[in-house]
Amino acid sequence: MTERAPPGGGGFDISRAWTDERARGVIFQILIVLGVAGLAAFIVMNTITNLREAGLSSGYGFLFDTANFDINQRLLDYASTSTYGQAFVVGALNTVLVAVMGIIAATVIGFVAGVLRLSNNFLVSRIVVVWVEFTRNVPVLLQIIFWWLIMLALPRVKDSISIGDAAFLNNRGIFLPSPIFEDGSAIVLAMILVGVVATILVGRWARKRQEETGRTFPVGWVGLGLIVGIPVIVYFAIGQPLDFDLPEKKRFNLKGGFNITPELIALWLALSTYTGAFISEIVRGGILSVSKGQTEASGALGLRRGLTMRKIILPQALRVIIPPMTSQYLNLTKNSSLAVAIGYQDIVSIGDTILNQSGQALEVISLYMAFYLVLSLLTSAFMNWYNKRIALVER
Amino acid sequence: MSKYAFHRSRAEMLPERPAPLTSTGVIGWLRANLFSNWLSAVLTVASIAVLALVIPGLIEWAFIDATLTGELGKDCPSEGACWAWLDQRITQFFYGFYPPEAYWRVNICIALLVPALAYMLFDRLPYSRYGRWFSLAYPVIAAILLVGGLGLDVVRTDQFGGFMLNLIAGLVGIVLSLPIGIVLALGRRSRMPIVRMFSVGFIEFIRGVPLITLLFVAIILLPLFLPPQVTLDQLIRVMIIITVFASAYMAEVIRGGLQAIPQGQYEAGQAMGLGYWQSMRLIILPQALKISIPGIVNTFIGLFKDTTLVIIIGLFDILGQARLLQTNPDWLGKVDYETFLLAALFFFVICFGMSRYSLNLEKRLDTERR
Repeated sequence: MTERAPPGGGGFDISRAWTDERARGVIFQILIVLGVAGLAAFIVMNTITNLREAGLSSGYGFLFDTANFDINQRLLDYASTSTYGQAFVVGALNTVLVAVMGIIAATVIGFVAGVLRLSNNFLVSRIVVVWVEFTRNVPVLLQIIFWWLIMLALPRVKDSISIGDAAFLNNRGIFLPSPIFEDGSAIVLAMILVGVVATILVGRWARKRQEETGRTFPVGWVGLGLIVGIPVIVYFAIGQPLDFDLPEKKRFNLKGGFNITPELIALWLALSTYTGAFISEIVRGGILSVSKGQTEASGALGLRRGLTMRKIILPQALRVIIPPMTSQYLNLTKNSSLAVAIGYQDIVSIGDTILNQSGQALEVISLYMAFYLVLSLLTSAFMNWYNKRIALVER
Repeated sequence: MSKYAFHRSRAEMLPERPAPLTSTGVIGWLRANLFSNWLSAVLTVASIAVLALVIPGLIEWAFIDATLTGELGKDCPSEGACWAWLDQRITQFFYGFYPPEAYWRVNICIALLVPALAYMLFDRLPYSRYGRWFSLAYPVIAAILLVGGLGLDVVRTDQFGGFMLNLIAGLVGIVLSLPIGIVLALGRRSRMPIVRMFSVGFIEFIRGVPLITLLFVAIILLPLFLPPQVTLDQLIRVMIIITVFASAYMAEVIRGGLQAIPQGQYEAGQAMGLGYWQSMRLIILPQALKISIPGIVNTFIGLFKDTTLVIIIGLFDILGQARLLQTNPDWLGKVDYETFLLAALFFFVICFGMSRYSLNLEKRLDTERR
């Protein structure tokens, strides 16, 4: 019999360390720490030497320098006299903007396509299969540039496609009327908020009443009335305090209004269809994972098809759908960094410009990596919370 | 027997009646599959309308109105597809700027890839004893053939391009990311806290940032991190990053497989007196990898598609070649969709093929388990 070092200390014999699992583990881990520390020290030393030789300063002070470049797609006030730091914030918001738009659209596309693929309509399900397979198996970068080329191939400003002289579509993107908020519009916005809160309260009351008495209440219609109906009435009652700045067609350009750049549209279309195709597969798998007995049971209880889907199938399918969907959302957010290929000014693209101007490579790259890490962690945290909320509560 | 008294017995069987006309044949199929309810009928009509709009137009554009011959973009009229560039550019789409007199080297590499892969994937092949060694030696043979040396002219790696570049980067990533992914996955489930910590940190960091930022690290920061006298070839740097990126995803897929193995299997390994590596190699990993095959293939497909990102850092893969032609003054505005269609087809064939293969494998393994 081989002797082993007795567990829990007592008589540790260094000569037998290699035959003891725990001692071996400790030695191995010490070696790893030393190795990683050595590698880190090597990198830091090299970086310091290289930076000194190139005569570059390090540190984040450059963020307060003037940027001297323009950003045409922005959610915040920004001018070329703003600082690098402000440019970064504008870029970060642009990334968030396209990610949120993409996630919403991809979810809608994915659910519709997933349900259509399962429909017993032969033609529809075949068309969806072909679309899904083609979209999934072609690189997203190719699709982004493809949509961008289509946007650029739209008519020039002179021959814009116009919708009722209020919205224009041309190779500079979409021009929409931009709202001008006048006095009193705050009241309308407040009414919408009140409507949302009231709907939630009504929903709670209705559910409680249904649980107690079995009587149903049309929460959907009442909610629609509260959220849309009342604000509309108030809007007209206090004399339409909202005006629109219509885009106006000039000889070479459109003036006024609100412009969505072709880059944003192309990126949004490509990301949402690409991710939508993946989500449709997830949704299909989720719905198929709900056993057929559930559909039959709800049929036996007399529920209609729509209600069966909403109340029986989807809640159970969602438990399967949510975890992989989270990683699709994260993929979409990370894929939005491909914006740099078509010049949509997201954080990577703006970071690239800053990097070229200031030469602060280490700082710029560390900044946008940190941004993506935080974004990923936040998205996972939210989806984990949501997943926990809808998870099966086992007795 | 009085309780069965209400039965009336019939002396002979009733003849079988044919099924109603509306539930058999073409009409029955149409009713069941296209017009089962009003929503389905609406969808059918809408789909037919969409198909009637798209397909004839597409065929007309791609084939009937297409221009097949010509020297320059202006030889193509504006309606219809312009395929005139195909004969002069198709080699660049595949080989990039690789010297034409050395194309045979690439071709041999691809021809040898088939047996090399076959000996890895299938067990029962003739001469499999030598075949295994050939598979192991293949990367070295391919590298010598592609780059040169041993009497062959040296080809600089910045001359690599086209679909060949996608294939090389993708294959290197696929071959290397699997073992690294396995090690990372085992590290993440290790009982040693520091090993676990480093594995989790590495995996989550790589998965948390986009590939393009890592490629920027490879191009811009790596020279900063290394001593000034060390220079790494750009293509090698890109391959390292793609491999590292895919390894982190691979590790998560394999971790899923490892978690699905019942605890009893680990305990059985210990009971047999197997050490950690023995029990992993002989008991746990064969089962875990088998379960993870669909995820592994999906990671491969993703990795292969991600190789197109190299155009952002200035390499000219197939997408880069398409962009070069699109922005070439001779062809400007004429070949936007045609070139992309060709590039998309290349990717579609390979990625779709891989996904079908994985489905097939999944089904085969599934029946084995029963």
